[in-house]
Amino acid sequence: MWIYEKKLQYPVKVTECNPRLAKYLIEQYGGADGELAAALRYLNQRYTIPDKVIGLLTDIGTEEFAHLEMIATMIYKLTKDATPEQIKAAGIEDHYVNHDNALFYTNASGVPFTASYIQAKGDPIADLYEDIAAEEKARATYQWIIDMSDDVQLNDSLRFLREREIVHSQRFREAVDMLIEERDRKKIF
Amino acid sequence: MKDFTTRKVYYPYVSPFDPCPPITEKVYSTPAQLYLGFQPENLQQFTPQEALYAGTLWKVFYDPYYGWYEKGREDQ
Repeated sequence: MWIYEKKLQYPVKVTECNPRLAKYLIEQYGGADGELAAALRYLNQRYTIPDKVIGLLTDIGTEEFAHLEMIATMIYKLTKDATPEQIKAAGIEDHYVNHDNALFYTNASGVPFTASYIQAKGDPIADLYEDIAAEEKARATYQWIIDMSDDVQLNDSLRFLREREIVHSQRFREAVDMLIEERDRKKIF
Repeated sequence: MKDFTTRKVYYPYVSPFDPCPPITEKVYSTPAQLYLGFQPENLQQFTPQEALYAGTLWKVFYDPYYGWYEKGREDQ
């Protein structure tokens, strides 16, 4: 069960109508290392992981949906009043002819989202290592989107999202430390 | 010993036949979570207000990334 707060986790301000940026951002919406994949991955892994890290997966998985909502807001704002000429100039006309201005879960190349982007191996260490890798990949994706963007206000929100990837990675690494249970012991092999 | 940094550099091979002007330095991110291990107690915190903007309560994890057109890019 979830409780919804009707506000964004961090403000999303967009300086100008720039559909090309939306094309890049959709990578974080329906891409392999995007927020949807992250949320579904963590919330699904919760059932087959030791009790003491279930809460962490719930918290982070939930936050990923808050990030998804921020990305959706960015894409919507960047495209909602774009003219057909702007849509064509941005190279998103193939999205437009299928979806109009509606958002859809694809990556930046238009490939639709698939569950094979995520895994649930059932092995706690394997799953948490995948989660750490996913956070680092999402962090890198934010870097490359920031590199492509000239919208300073949008970059401010993207910087916040990248920072959260860093913190999530840290918490998953700590979860591994908790599960391997040798944290405070003297190691003799 | 060098000071801790969250950016590292490598220098890719430059061929005399490279078609584009070579980029001689490649920088990559190495934020604090790669080094810290289980978070120690009593680390420095931002104020609650600052933390909401920074995206983290803990100063050690704060690692902003700036685009090509932004102030701050030169320092990273």
